[in-house]
Amino acid sequence: MSTATIAGKEVHVNDEGFMTEYDEWNEDLGRELASMIGIDEMTDEHWAAIHFLRSDFAEQQETPTLRRVSKVGGIPTKQLFVLFPKKPAKKMAYIAGLPKPKGCV
Amino acid sequence: MTATDTSTPVVPDFGDDDDSDRKICFICSKGNLDMAYPALIMANGALGEGIETHIFFTFWGMDMVNKATVDDLKFTPVGNAAMHMPPGMGKLSEKHMPQILGGLPGMTGMATKMLKKQIADLEVPEVHEFLELLSEMGANLWACKMSVDMMGLEREDLIDEVDDIINVSEFMDISEGAQMIFV
Repeated sequence: MSTATIAGKEVHVNDEGFMTEYDEWNEDLGRELASMIGIDEMTDEHWAAIHFLRSDFAEQQETPTLRRVSKVGGIPTKQLFVLFPKKPAKKMAYIAGLPKPKGCV
Repeated sequence: MTATDTSTPVVPDFGDDDDSDRKICFICSKGNLDMAYPALIMANGALGEGIETHIFFTFWGMDMVNKATVDDLKFTPVGNAAMHMPPGMGKLSEKHMPQILGGLPGMTGMATKMLKKQIADLEVPEVHEFLELLSEMGANLWACKMSVDMMGLEREDLIDEVDDIINVSEFMDISEGAQMIFV
């Protein structure tokens, strides 16, 4: 376990750079993490997805899969690919300060 | 590394800068419910990783994209030596089901119902909904021309998500350089 300074805050991260402590996250960090992976503008739609991930994780103790974000979170899968291109599930988890999703579907 | 390491943040590599042309093709040749899922689940994973994904439906696999059959795929224990006794029967559940039981009347219906429930419990969609989802994620679905002809089907008999009916040589063009998985 190591730490990194992101958006002026020292946070715990794993070897890949994903944050490991749920409570260390805030929106400024999320915005900074997004910009580090090329998402320069976080729109309301981006935030809706990120906030769903975080609230669902708080309840389930597991990062939701793409299907869960669309089915339970109500954001169409197609839109997730537009908002977080190529690898939406992992990118959303990274920005939300959560582990990568474990589920297959 | 120790808990006191503080460094420039490591940024995960999401492959955005790679000019990867990784491509994957699945050939679905079976129309049994249990044989429908492997390609769908792997295709879902591939699309989630930003990999170009194609699925070619041929022979019995046509039942996966035929409107008349897609919602009625069945699972049979017949000929499946790995079929276990149903869960919830204690030690007996660990045993394989005697083949002769698989052939009893009503067994296919019962086994199908059980498998569908197990799949639904994992929040995995049914086949038609799964194909809609994959298509939304950018999968290309192709129906085999020879199978369509052989089964006397028309374009309108196939679910809307099918991109086109193509012959083998067109499929060879499409799948050039792809990793192929035959189911």
